[in-house]
Amino acid sequence: MKIEDYSRLSRRSVLKGAAAASALAASGALGMLPSRAFAADDLRAQILKIPGVGKGQPTDADFQKVGELTLGATKANVKQGEFAGVQLSFMGLNNQNLHNVLFRGFLKPWEDYTGAKITWIDLAQADYNPRLQQSIATNTIDFDLIEMGAPFEGDVCGKGLTSEMPDWVKKQIDMEDLVNYLKPPVGTWNGKQYRVTVDGDAHNFNYRTDVFADADLAKAWKDGGGKGEWVVPKTWQQVQAVTKFLKGQKFKGNDVYGYLDAPKPWGGFGFYFLGSRASAYAKHPEDKAWLFDTDTMKPRVNNPAWVRAIQDVLDALPSEPPNQLNADPNETAFSQFLGGTGSMVSWWGDVGSNVKTNDTSVVGDLTGFSILPGSDDVYNSKTGKWDTLTSGPNYAPNCAYLGWGVYVMARVDTDPVKQKAAWSAAAHLGGKDLSLWCAAYPSGFQPYRNSHFNIPEWVAAGYDEAFITSYLKSESDSYNHPNAAIEPRIPGIFQYYSLAEDELAKIFAGQSTAQAGADAIAAAWEKLTDQIGRDNQIKLYKASLGV
Amino acid sequence: MQNTAQATTGEKFAAGSNSISANRRTAGRALIIAASAGLVAMIIVQFLHVVGLSPVGFANWRPVLYAFVAWGVALGAGQVLANGERGERALFVLPAVLFTVAMVIFPTLFGLYIAFTDWNLSSFTGQRFNGFDNLVALFHDTSFWNALLNMVFYVLAVLVEYAIAFGLALLLNAEIRARKFFRVAFLLPFMLSPVAVSWMIGKSIMEYRFGPASVLARVLGWSSPSFFTSPWIARVSIEAMDAWVSIPFIMILLLAGLQALPKEVMEASRIDGANGWQQFWEMTFPLMLPVSVTAIILRIIFKLKLADIVINTTSGGPGGATDTVSSFIYREYRDRSNVGYGTMLAMFYLVLIIIFVTALLNLASRRIRRVT
Repeated sequence: MKIEDYSRLSRRSVLKGAAAASALAASGALGMLPSRAFAADDLRAQILKIPGVGKGQPTDADFQKVGELTLGATKANVKQGEFAGVQLSFMGLNNQNLHNVLFRGFLKPWEDYTGAKITWIDLAQADYNPRLQQSIATNTIDFDLIEMGAPFEGDVCGKGLTSEMPDWVKKQIDMEDLVNYLKPPVGTWNGKQYRVTVDGDAHNFNYRTDVFADADLAKAWKDGGGKGEWVVPKTWQQVQAVTKFLKGQKFKGNDVYGYLDAPKPWGGFGFYFLGSRASAYAKHPEDKAWLFDTDTMKPRVNNPAWVRAIQDVLDALPSEPPNQLNADPNETAFSQFLGGTGSMVSWWGDVGSNVKTNDTSVVGDLTGFSILPGSDDVYNSKTGKWDTLTSGPNYAPNCAYLGWGVYVMARVDTDPVKQKAAWSAAAHLGGKDLSLWCAAYPSGFQPYRNSHFNIPEWVAAGYDEAFITSYLKSESDSYNHPNAAIEPRIPGIFQYYSLAEDELAKIFAGQSTAQAGADAIAAAWEKLTDQIGRDNQIKLYKASLGV
Repeated sequence: MQNTAQATTGEKFAAGSNSISANRRTAGRALIIAASAGLVAMIIVQFLHVVGLSPVGFANWRPVLYAFVAWGVALGAGQVLANGERGERALFVLPAVLFTVAMVIFPTLFGLYIAFTDWNLSSFTGQRFNGFDNLVALFHDTSFWNALLNMVFYVLAVLVEYAIAFGLALLLNAEIRARKFFRVAFLLPFMLSPVAVSWMIGKSIMEYRFGPASVLARVLGWSSPSFFTSPWIARVSIEAMDAWVSIPFIMILLLAGLQALPKEVMEASRIDGANGWQQFWEMTFPLMLPVSVTAIILRIIFKLKLADIVINTTSGGPGGATDTVSSFIYREYRDRSNVGYGTMLAMFYLVLIIIFVTALLNLASRRIRRVT
């Protein structure tokens, strides 16, 4: 669909709206309606229909149209042509043709209106960290805006490289609407606000509803002595049992598999997936830390909780697809799960936003969601014992990565016009209405505002109510969970993860035991902490956990 | 006659040099001295600024680079002014020398310095000299030695690639139908980027569920055709992809050698009653030895740099089974920002390659001398 089609569509909509408004005015009812809210709701409903759920993947024309329709907040703060002649450079990702690819379209109308021009630095996920670190270390920051995750705030904001957010931006993006776990200290450093949040991140649990509703599998489960009913697992112990049970079973005539692990390294990001298996074991409700001891930075990755999670992967792999050892997270979610292989996978909310809107998905109507499974017991690092909680299984959603944000670099601060232009571009991308569209379509971004959890809006856009309720609840419950495992915003965090990935690859290939491999990770982490600077790391780790 | 001409030219140059006025000569030397002093001063100022001993300096080293370029121009101009035609002759070499210094010698020396520092890009203390610590760490790094061991396999596999390439070269050298078409067709894999190959073949054709290679393997009776999950199958799969890309390179070198063989000798051997095998083994193969050695050594040098296919397809896995030294260095440097240690790995590997290739060349030349 071309952008002109949307223009015609909009004019029609405007005419229809005008006719409806006239009718209402004639009936005397218009004065009673909250007109601004009506307009905003109308806009949100309108953008959610671009291109419409189940009508194929959005195109660049769609991105531009959404960017144009949501330009109202920018127009309130910036005059037309105010940034004429301003050149901005924007560094971000191009994963799966998302992120920067969408930003380009969203910001095209912004460029047309303000007169500023943006040049783009596109990076693959795995190249992102090295490119950023090299720019910092060699003092060659060549970008004015950056799409960045909160884990890098220690590296960037901690070194004074970012511009402080002006108050008008805070107002424009309505920061109060952010879900609680993304409010400060996330996005801040030394009390100053730096980040325009554009994403919320937590791993949730995605499962196949048809597999867990299948009568034949239920019977086989019972006949095989399976514990309890054939239902969606609620704990990792159950996930393990189901995964082992499904090995060799047939579903709709094909092999069916249980949980999908991602053992292949993925530039450090793969470690999150072990984290999701470990959080229920390792994150005790009475202890905010789960990766390191807060006073010493002594790694906990080789404690019994993490070793149990590693052992779980080792035990499950023989029951997973035969090529699973060479599967990275990209493969488990987008190739395997969306392609119909496997019945359970942990991932960021992208699975939910893609199952119905991604052209490659065959499980659009067959997917359910929950927070990550819990554990019957949880390891207490302080006592060195496993605790069984009186409240039931321990749940600890892995708030991995804390979402993407847009940051403005301090190098624009010397030029007030450029500074305003950069913040205006960032604010446009983090706008309240635009963000709803991003949450609803494949964008690389998940819901992150309280206003994103308004189910009727999604239903009106074409989502099935049961499906979207399940999806949004899994996200919301993860963000707001009292025992959420929070990502440490410390410098070099991906170096820790990358070191772990290398050792984990050896464990999963059978070259060492779970304990020996975990000990090797811990030793490598200790060395890295010393290399980066232990005292500072302790200070920043504590700050990131709020202890 | 020739000697006379040379003497005349030499005299002319000498006369040209002698005819330069003392003032001009002095100006030329002054220009070189001034430019050199300027460059050294800028380096010192910037160095003191970077190490924090002076507030005066530039935001980065770029102005020093510009000063180096300006110094190069001044050096050339100074040579011409001071030495006349002899200086002009120097201009033919000077840009290449300065370019080599800037792009090869300086980076190598700078790299060597970095190799002896503890430099993690996230470190609060920045870069600091740490003596032989990186070298000691390298000797205790099992991942590095594992990758080096894998390289032995990959290098030995070059012999298999060579055998296949020789067979193809003989085929294309024979009088077969559509010979030109086959020559182009066999060269096609070499025109592809290894990155494209790793995606097209490693991630698509060899994809476990519906990749054509997997489907074929199932038809042939391999019920679980997983090409990248067991160490040896993964290693062989990576080698197969790399071989597919590179065999045409060896083949084309060998084909050129075959076409240059003296036809009379081959015909004479045929008249003397040599059969096909005897002709190949007693005549073709020995005569092709110099070309073969060149092809194999070039291929080994390429092989020692193998990284892209491994990084894209297996990330070195399963458990380091397919890792190469280059892909390991890439991970150490890129994922872990461990610049000092990563550079030490690269420098150590460079030394190993130089020793290995030099020994190989000596061995090969001795062998060729003995055979020919």
